[in-house]
Amino acid sequence: MAERSQFCTFYLDKLLFGVELKGVQEVIRALEMTQVPLAPEMVGGLINLRGQIVTAVDLRRRLELEARAPETQPMNVVVRSEDGAVSLLVDEIGDVIEVEEATFELPPETLRGKVRAMILGVHKLENNLLHVLDTEEACQMGEATGEAA
Amino acid sequence: MSDSDIVKEFLQESYENLDRLDRELVGLEKNPRDADALASVFRTIHTIKGTCGFLGFDKLEKVAHVGENLLTRLRDGKLLLNPEITTGLLSMVDAVRQMLKEIESTGQDGDDTFPELLQRLAGLRESGANESSAAVAAPAVRPTPTEVATARKKGVDLDPSRGTAAPPSQAVESRPKSGKFRPIRGKIGGLLVERGLIKAEALALALQEQERGDRRRLGDILVALNLAKQEDVNTAVQVLESKTRDSAAADTIRVGVNLLDKLMTLVGELVLARNQLLQVSNASRDSGLQTVSQRMNLIATELQEEVMKTRMQPIGKIWSQFPRTVRDVAFGCGKQVNIEMEGNETELDKTIIEAIKDPLTHLVRNSVDHGIELPEDRVTAGKDSAGKLTLRAFHEGGQVIIEISDDGVGLNAERIRQKAIERGVITPEKAQKMADSEIFNLIFLPGFSTAQKVSNVSGRGVGMDVVKTNVEKIGGTVDLQSTLGKGTTVRLKIPLTLAIIPALIVTCGGDRYAIPQISLLELVRLEDTEAATNIEFVHGAPVHRLRSRLLPVIYLRRELRIGNSDGPKNEDDAINIVVLQADGRQFGLVLDAINDTEEIVVKPLRKQLKSIKTFAGASIMGDGKVALILDVVGLAQRASVVSEIKEHAEAARAEMAASAAKKRSYLLFSGPDGAHMAVPLDTLARLEELPVSQVEKTGARWVAQYRGQILPLINLAYALQERRTRRRSNEFQAAAKVERYQVLVCNHEGHRAGLVVERIVDIVEDSAEVQYPASRAGVLYSAVIQGRVTEMIDVPAILQTAHLEPEHAEVFH
Repeated sequence: MAERSQFCTFYLDKLLFGVELKGVQEVIRALEMTQVPLAPEMVGGLINLRGQIVTAVDLRRRLELEARAPETQPMNVVVRSEDGAVSLLVDEIGDVIEVEEATFELPPETLRGKVRAMILGVHKLENNLLHVLDTEEACQMGEATGEAA
Repeated sequence: MSDSDIVKEFLQESYENLDRLDRELVGLEKNPRDADALASVFRTIHTIKGTCGFLGFDKLEKVAHVGENLLTRLRDGKLLLNPEITTGLLSMVDAVRQMLKEIESTGQDGDDTFPELLQRLAGLRESGANESSAAVAAPAVRPTPTEVATARKKGVDLDPSRGTAAPPSQAVESRPKSGKFRPIRGKIGGLLVERGLIKAEALALALQEQERGDRRRLGDILVALNLAKQEDVNTAVQVLESKTRDSAAADTIRVGVNLLDKLMTLVGELVLARNQLLQVSNASRDSGLQTVSQRMNLIATELQEEVMKTRMQPIGKIWSQFPRTVRDVAFGCGKQVNIEMEGNETELDKTIIEAIKDPLTHLVRNSVDHGIELPEDRVTAGKDSAGKLTLRAFHEGGQVIIEISDDGVGLNAERIRQKAIERGVITPEKAQKMADSEIFNLIFLPGFSTAQKVSNVSGRGVGMDVVKTNVEKIGGTVDLQSTLGKGTTVRLKIPLTLAIIPALIVTCGGDRYAIPQISLLELVRLEDTEAATNIEFVHGAPVHRLRSRLLPVIYLRRELRIGNSDGPKNEDDAINIVVLQADGRQFGLVLDAINDTEEIVVKPLRKQLKSIKTFAGASIMGDGKVALILDVVGLAQRASVVSEIKEHAEAARAEMAASAAKKRSYLLFSGPDGAHMAVPLDTLARLEELPVSQVEKTGARWVAQYRGQILPLINLAYALQERRTRRRSNEFQAAAKVERYQVLVCNHEGHRAGLVVERIVDIVEDSAEVQYPASRAGVLYSAVIQGRVTEMIDVPAILQTAHLEPEHAEVFH
């Protein structure tokens, strides 16, 4: 890993998250979404990204955070994943931050469960902690719930 | 054109030629005396040989040359094609193919000179001359014992006359007697004279011979009369035939696939833009804009169709090589297999055709190697000694279904179960719980083979999993059904990814969904009050009576678990039912609203969402929003409308077809004076009961308000009466004071009309066989229905007359 790396940051339920800038395709405002019935809960819907159909992952649900207030419009952070572009639904976009390798620390042992697999660690910023998100892991959707009713 | 371009073109053309050779040789084996096919094979090899010489590929030329020599003898009738020669020639084709590959990668025709093959071909060539029974001559390379056995068997079968083989010269003369020859296109005599190979007098002589009733070809006559050399005639024939071929090739050009891909993407975008434009123009009042967008619409549609066509290829393109594959594999393991193909013309996108080529080949080989038994075993099992391999392809529900079935031994569920337990794939407890169909699907797991011994074809346990992976990669599915002792069917479901399909757009729970038009049968709308009563329940399962047949009904909201799952918000709302077909079964799908039909561009769903069987893909609508495409079969399976055992559906379908052929549904009713009358049910739109108060008079006509429209009414009793007795019917009508009219609503020339009858009796299915001619106007014939003589009413005729003479509606007084 490089000495310094750049992160595209965003907020989820007041927590600061970041994904590596080089994996980010673009950041766009809220787009109209189509629900996907029977899909895993984390699937926020499908969006039309200039003729390309992209799955939007509701990061709040994925990270087991409180559900977003219905009146707020999420932003889309479109990242490149193994399976093509995926949009991450976030509350608010932050700055692009450059961090030093030295400030990185693994998540504490007390962080357990599914969420742990998705958080690579944190960068200690001056007055905040930057959660480094494993986008591949976050985009893994698991099996659909669409079994027999 | 540079040298490399020439080579490239040579390679492409040669590959195609070789593929054709495979087909032709296998075809020829079945019908060795087909001179046309033989000539075509000869020509192909000759072309390859010629071009090789020109481009300096000596070794390749040599191989082709030896093959050509052998073919010359075959064509001249000095040898008859037998399985052994076919095998030899096919190996030559393979050798040529191998060399072409070499040329493709290195630019040279390689170091392998194929001495064994050349020797073998030369041996085959001599075999006819040296031995009297040429068919089973000793080959230079010893084939396996089974090969010889089969060859001998087949050789005898194919050529019973071989034992008394005619000397070469006679063979030439006797050729025309088979009566299969077409005259050579063009003037062979002229060409020969032109080249100074024969004299004009010789030609005249031969022509005279022909006029005298000799039905042989001119070339043959010339040879027989010793006026021309056989070789010269052959060369001339080739020249003439190649000329006709060249002219056909001139109106096609080769285009790079990536260019087509790009065109396709652009057209897809254009279609979306067109949809958007149409929405804008429909909303506007600018007639100029509307005209332009209409024109644009037409052009875009046509363009799209044509571009689609450039990419579509019939599946026959890859199937055509299967006869050879099957022959080779069957030959190798001493089996007899007939291959049958249905739906050759089913078209698929080029990329998909390429992607399924290998999986299909593997499945075909597998079927022959594992599925079909040895001839002896088949006879013991009471089957025909030759196995049957059937390939079927057809469109269903916006997808292409490809079925590969054999009538072989079938899969042994017990053995797979044991093997799976042995390998630790599943636990014994689970194994016992799994249905056979689930067990069968275990063979798609990596490294899982049930073959008792490994052969060079299959049984190594690599394959089925690769088949599955490859098919799934393009968004398809593989399913396997098998009956022990009866055979196995592998069913591939290939989506039309990339394709643009017509679809019905519907709304449910605020989102739109697209239903591929191909699985759509009809739309039913149940208005207000009907809605509550016309959905009935069979022990809780909702059904709708559609033309006296129960149609299982499912609710999309419930299946997709959207919002409140009880369908429309309140019971009074109209119910929209879309009647769909899946796997041969019909069912009704209840939705919130039906919007419109639209051309949509199918886009595949991401891997993770693909596991939801209910959706076949997604598409972008005119307004830019995404809509999911419903997978009708998946939906039906989810709702358990379609059971996994397909035979049920097939039996039901067969039964329906059989009864439909004989029987028709009739509506029975009482006409004037209590007469028994009937109309075919399919001539009616619906049945209504109208209160007298709803019937009004406008001008000379009686009408009723009906669904926001005006429905003209015709009293059947009056329409059927002859003019002079009409007064009586009025009296009758007055006497039987009714409160409600029974009305048969019919569609007539785009308009609706109501036919008032006395009493509706029943709907029956009958063949209405016994028929007597009609006794009065407005009646088609009399027939015995349900044991009573019944008059069949000619609805169009009555509506027609009623239309002409409106005054007769007075009966409603």
